[in-house]
Amino acid sequence: MTATEPIPPIAGTVTVGVPVERAFGLFTGEFTAWWPNRYHIGQADVAEVILEPHEGGRWYERGVDGSECDWGRVLVWGPPHRLVFTWQINGSWQFDPDPEHASEIEVLFAEEGPGQTTVAVEHRHFDRLIGGQSVYEAIRGGGGWPLLLQGYAKTVANAQ
Amino acid sequence: MGLLGDPTRRAIFELLARRPASVQELADQLPISRPAVSQHLRVLKDGGLVVSRAEGTRRIYQLNPDGVGALRTWLDGVWGDALAGFHKAAEAAASEFDRDSGVNQEEGS
Repeated sequence: MTATEPIPPIAGTVTVGVPVERAFGLFTGEFTAWWPNRYHIGQADVAEVILEPHEGGRWYERGVDGSECDWGRVLVWGPPHRLVFTWQINGSWQFDPDPEHASEIEVLFAEEGPGQTTVAVEHRHFDRLIGGQSVYEAIRGGGGWPLLLQGYAKTVANAQ
Repeated sequence: MGLLGDPTRRAIFELLARRPASVQELADQLPISRPAVSQHLRVLKDGGLVVSRAEGTRRIYQLNPDGVGALRTWLDGVWGDALAGFHKAAEAAASEFDRDSGVNQEEGS
């Protein structure tokens, strides 16, 4: 076995017909409006997904029963062009408070023209989530990696 | 098609992400037969995303606990859907914007 290779980041872009300030506001301030609500960690159905608009802010879900479940933290709050926040859910689907174990999501908002904004998302540092050999083996043994990425690319392409 | 390209397989994967389950428990929650669930589970197992263990007479399936790979695979799908959702919400916001400015355009013409 050679040195552990980093797990490749997930990257996706989408171009939307709103000015950059609006795109940033929609992405950060109205998470509940666009985040697919079937994606969540808590036991209860999701009522709200909230990203607190400042450095160190929490990213979390609030269930219909009022329970809260943390997903991550805001690292860089740079409206209207840049946002970096963490995803700290481990392989057992629990929030891991150790920042050393946090994967990172960077979102860049670029105005392409009047009322046109490209939003580029990169989710990276998966190796920090648990780290180690088992991760490497999971990828090596998985076999379907390029296919999965193709599937993702197709999903994003269809979304545009 | 990737391991999670199939919607039923993705549904099984997401159910297992919530909690470990037997074939019967999965079949109860999906509009497909037990043998069909088993077949999808086999593909997920071969792909390293799911593992199983014996519990009494039952076999319980769960996501691979060494599963940052599984987690990433899941997140791959999450971001695909999330960006599609964002696009849709932004288009709705854009048409509201157009409608608002449309009032002025009508007055001007």
